[in-house]
Amino acid sequence: MTRPLPRLLLIAGLVAAMLLLVGLSLMAGRVRVPFSAWTDTADPRWAIIFALRLPRTLLGLAVGAALGMSGAAMQGYTRNPLADPGVLGVSAMAAFGAVMTLYLGAGASQNWVTAGGAMAGALAGVAMLMALSGRASSTLTFILAGVVLNTVAAAGVSLALSLAPSPWAVSLIVNWLMGSLADRSVEDLRLAAPLIALGCGLLLLTARALDALTLGETGARSLGVNLAATRWLLAVGLALTAGASVAVTGVIGFVGLVTPHMLRPFVGARPGALLIPSAVGGAALVLAADIAVRMTPSAGEVKLGVAMAALGGPFFLVLLLSMRRRMA
Amino acid sequence: MSTLGLAGVHVSLGGAPVLRDVSLAFAAGSVTAVVGPNGAGKTTLLSCLAGLRAPGRGAASLDGEPVLTIPSRRRARRIGYLEQSPEIAWAVDVRTLTGLGRTPYLGALGPTAEDCAAVEAAMAQAAVQDFADRSVASLSGGERGRVLIARALAGDPAWLLADEPLAGLDPGHQLDAAALFRRLAVEGRGVVVTLHDLTLAARMADRVVVLSAGAVAADGPPRQALTPEVLARVYGVEARLSEGAAGLLVEISGRLG
Repeated sequence: MTRPLPRLLLIAGLVAAMLLLVGLSLMAGRVRVPFSAWTDTADPRWAIIFALRLPRTLLGLAVGAALGMSGAAMQGYTRNPLADPGVLGVSAMAAFGAVMTLYLGAGASQNWVTAGGAMAGALAGVAMLMALSGRASSTLTFILAGVVLNTVAAAGVSLALSLAPSPWAVSLIVNWLMGSLADRSVEDLRLAAPLIALGCGLLLLTARALDALTLGETGARSLGVNLAATRWLLAVGLALTAGASVAVTGVIGFVGLVTPHMLRPFVGARPGALLIPSAVGGAALVLAADIAVRMTPSAGEVKLGVAMAALGGPFFLVLLLSMRRRMA
Repeated sequence: MSTLGLAGVHVSLGGAPVLRDVSLAFAAGSVTAVVGPNGAGKTTLLSCLAGLRAPGRGAASLDGEPVLTIPSRRRARRIGYLEQSPEIAWAVDVRTLTGLGRTPYLGALGPTAEDCAAVEAAMAQAAVQDFADRSVASLSGGERGRVLIARALAGDPAWLLADEPLAGLDPGHQLDAAALFRRLAVEGRGVVVTLHDLTLAARMADRVVVLSAGAVAADGPPRQALTPEVLARVYGVEARLSEGAAGLLVEISGRLG
């Protein structure tokens, strides 16, 4: 029923690509650091690699894995290849939660407050998504529920911006919303990585249920799957992964949409088997995009979230057109 | 011998009664066909038996134990349920889809050699092993129906509850499926299927339950349950029953009233 070797090969290939990108990510930047300086702690350039670039690289890995896996889990649960935390409004709700803490002034001083706000927003988003789409969870109702969430969250963010106490708060919020890995510290990593790891662990527990959901909700229930437990694992897992990544990097869209879609044919379309490859692939994708924005010759750095949106928009369009052709 | 049954089951959907005080007992080792007009409650009856729907009143029980209180994995190993034309969300291959039938057996380490053997055996029983590696998206309706039967058999259930399993199959494959259900009954399993084709029901079942507006209108061996009077009352049609070469022949000759 499974052919384990090709799947292991796929994961191994993705891990190799990811490690290569980790190396490139450590090398990429305005300052060229020769390899001799990598091992010489006395060299001032050693700090560039290990104090500045390494946290950024590791954070890229963690956030990419979180976004990739949460996209795969959402697509599996909704049985909809257009689902991802961004499209269905979970990221926007997380951002709204985080913006509220920034607006109220608490988040600016304490990272974990922002993270808590983002996770609470994401959890509320997932809960509203499940409530809005109801039992008859068709592709269309999920997308429409996502539209509702995105609208609500955007309105909330706009409200916070328009009522912001100072221009400084506005620029803080706007900068953060655009999504970036630049200038993140070890503290950000220390905050997000354990939450993301826990969230990914919870999402992995849904793999069997996601496979069974290939036959729809009734089919899955007749196979002994506990859908209520699956929904809880999924909701908390998504809140942790999407919430923690949005909290430290802002909104980076489309990773969760693109990665599972590209890797699906390689795992024989099994939604449960897609989770781990999507996590590794998502990490690789975020690292590659982050290297690209660092290498872009411009006065300021292009924001990663903006770059991903520029990449993901056309991809979404192509996906939509191919789906329409298949349905017609 | 295993028994599956309903006692005083009453189900309402959106305020309208769908099943009214239905009590039925099924014994393993036989094939039962549930027939009735559209909306008579056939699907609801099967889903109550399968433990997928909680009746408003009454209960389904398996070997004396209320079906709803059996832990879901254990229940899923005992009762295989085949939904009528279920969605298949992803273009998995036939072997993977059949393998989903092993879900209630899977441990943390994934499929064992025993699971894989059960999947191959189920595909052979349903005669789908020739296209085991094809994607379900490329199958015809009839091939899909057989793969779904294989999926249900992979779980090695003591009971197979199938909602319209023959819909969309050509006559040859209908007979193959009927023969397969007969084999399952001979092996000692219980088979309950809903059908629309009355001749087929009479030919393949040991017992026919006729449902009408949520209540049992007739119940017994095909020749006793399917009479012109019952069919006139339940379906509003004029029917002639005769002995065909291969069993009872139900010919619908016209609409009454």
